[in-house]
Amino acid sequence: MNKVRLDHAHLHHLLRQMIRIRQFEAKCVELYQAQKILGFLHLYDGEEAVSVGVMEALRPEDAIVATYREHGQAIARGIGMDRLMAEMLGKLEGTCRGRGGSMHIFDRATRFYGGNAIVGGGLPLAVGIALGDKMQGRAAITASFFGDGAVEEGEFHESMNLASLWHLPLLFVCENNLYAMGMALERAEAETELVRKAAGYRMAGAAVDGMDVVAVEVAARAAADRIRGGEGPQFLECRTYRLRAHSMYDAQLYRTKEEVEAWRKKGPIVRFYGWLLDNGLIHDEEMRAIEAEADAEIEAAVAFAEAGSLEPVAELERFVTMDRVPA
Amino acid sequence: MTAITYREACRQGLREALIRDPRVFLMGEDIGRYGGCYAVTKGLLDEFGEERIRDTPLSESAYVGAGIGAALAGMRPIVEIMTVNFSLLALDQIVNNAATIPHMSGGQFAIPLVLRIATGGGRRVAAQHSHSLEGWYAHIPGLKVLAPAVVEDARFMLAAALADPNPVLIFEHVMLYNIEAELDPAVSEVDIERAKVRREGDDVSLFGYGNGLVKALAAAEILAAEGIAAEVVDLRVLRPLDTATILKSVAKTRRVVIVDEGWKSGSLSAEIGMRIAEEGFFDLDAPLRRVCGAEVPMPYAPHLEDAALPQPQKIAAAARDLARPPKGSQ
Repeated sequence: MNKVRLDHAHLHHLLRQMIRIRQFEAKCVELYQAQKILGFLHLYDGEEAVSVGVMEALRPEDAIVATYREHGQAIARGIGMDRLMAEMLGKLEGTCRGRGGSMHIFDRATRFYGGNAIVGGGLPLAVGIALGDKMQGRAAITASFFGDGAVEEGEFHESMNLASLWHLPLLFVCENNLYAMGMALERAEAETELVRKAAGYRMAGAAVDGMDVVAVEVAARAAADRIRGGEGPQFLECRTYRLRAHSMYDAQLYRTKEEVEAWRKKGPIVRFYGWLLDNGLIHDEEMRAIEAEADAEIEAAVAFAEAGSLEPVAELERFVTMDRVPA
Repeated sequence: MTAITYREACRQGLREALIRDPRVFLMGEDIGRYGGCYAVTKGLLDEFGEERIRDTPLSESAYVGAGIGAALAGMRPIVEIMTVNFSLLALDQIVNNAATIPHMSGGQFAIPLVLRIATGGGRRVAAQHSHSLEGWYAHIPGLKVLAPAVVEDARFMLAAALADPNPVLIFEHVMLYNIEAELDPAVSEVDIERAKVRREGDDVSLFGYGNGLVKALAAAEILAAEGIAAEVVDLRVLRPLDTATILKSVAKTRRVVIVDEGWKSGSLSAEIGMRIAEEGFFDLDAPLRRVCGAEVPMPYAPHLEDAALPQPQKIAAAARDLARPPKGSQ
């Protein structure tokens, strides 16, 4: 059994990962307000424990399919902040040469297959990646991240069925943040216990407190172990909350300030940091050091991105069709 | 030489692909145990097994998306969509994923996927089974769209499509599965870059694809009997269009009839006509003409369906008007 290490180094690593994501996005907000980042910007604030915890259960050979709210997955997976920030700024040095932007981060080296702006649209892709790996005898699993909104889509149900029917090495990670844009879960789903959807496809499912990074890691490792052990696809519902607007502009008429504040108090970073403090596993100055380290990394990433170049317009149509399959 | 059907040609192409490349596998509804809705895949399950001939549930979006994912993971999937009408249930995957990921990822990923889709009208199956939506797909950058109209193309386009690193949609017209022709043993490949002149002529150019090509050839026979030599060009590659071959024929005959089973408004025929207007205007001696599907949901009753589809007599009449304008019209 692939147990979670609760040693000092690992716990600090989890905290550092969440802080890197949180601060990276805080910088993105600044750059958005300065109109250096354009278009849509969907922030992961409040949900960091999910991608950080799940990513701990994955190996380099595994594949990831994410959503348009994927900065957290990208950072936790190990994609460099410099290339991420360059992508945000639409620069040639970005992960996708400035063609994808915030919602479409792709990275071949880490098997990161996007960034998908169609709710549920990544799920069938994940089925196929898992199928392709399995047919080629690779010992890899695919983790597909999606939100509660995707559960409303037919593609979710088709994909759950196909993955189970074909016994694919696929981890379904539902980031249930209770709202599909402004649509509250209980107004959209007849069955709000999303983990119960798995049973309809004879798939093992578990629900976990998505605000607790250790709990997410434990659950993700258990699910990944079962997949690697040949038990077929697994469904993991991570119950979490989006503390900011859906995208940058959102009057949030669909929820109260009190509700958001209540969730903020149980946010994944404040809660984990508090637990570490209570248990004597961190000092305040260590926390300040982690924050300073993340800030320095982000400043370097911004400098890299700002110094980046623009793809020549002559290259506009390049890669619309490919002249070879990249090796 | 013995004649084979278009269906058998498709089947031989699939079989060869499965033998040649272990990364190739088939997915689709009823392609295995049932043998394929149009019997194209009959026998392949017995020969290649369930791992490579995958019957899917009726989940077009999931299995087309799975084809895209498997292609991303290094396989060479061939996905069959039973009819073009059902492809609408997978439109998200085709348009939002297959067509975008190579460009959107900055060239990090290619999607070497082949989609085989049955298309077209004429089988008395009414409005929801008779669409010709090739033109919609040909609108989408990132896709390649092929329409084999002859047995040779049905046999060899698949290999060329599989060798292409892009998502390639092959539209097989349902009225063509039973046509027969002999294959030239000297031919072992076709190119999927160029349109092809199927009949030479000097008086008028007839452009068509799929079953429209067959009807254009029949129209050329009618015209020949009247002393009008029609040139018939098989468009066969609907995206990217081979504009050069089109313009060459226009320069030769100076008169154009475009045959398209799709609805006229916003159709492939409109695109071809406009390209001729943009790049071949001064080669024209007469206005452009189109014979398209009537703008109706396809009716069931045979006389109505026949009236809704391009027919050789209509094509011949349009060409005749151009080649020998009625007196008083000039």
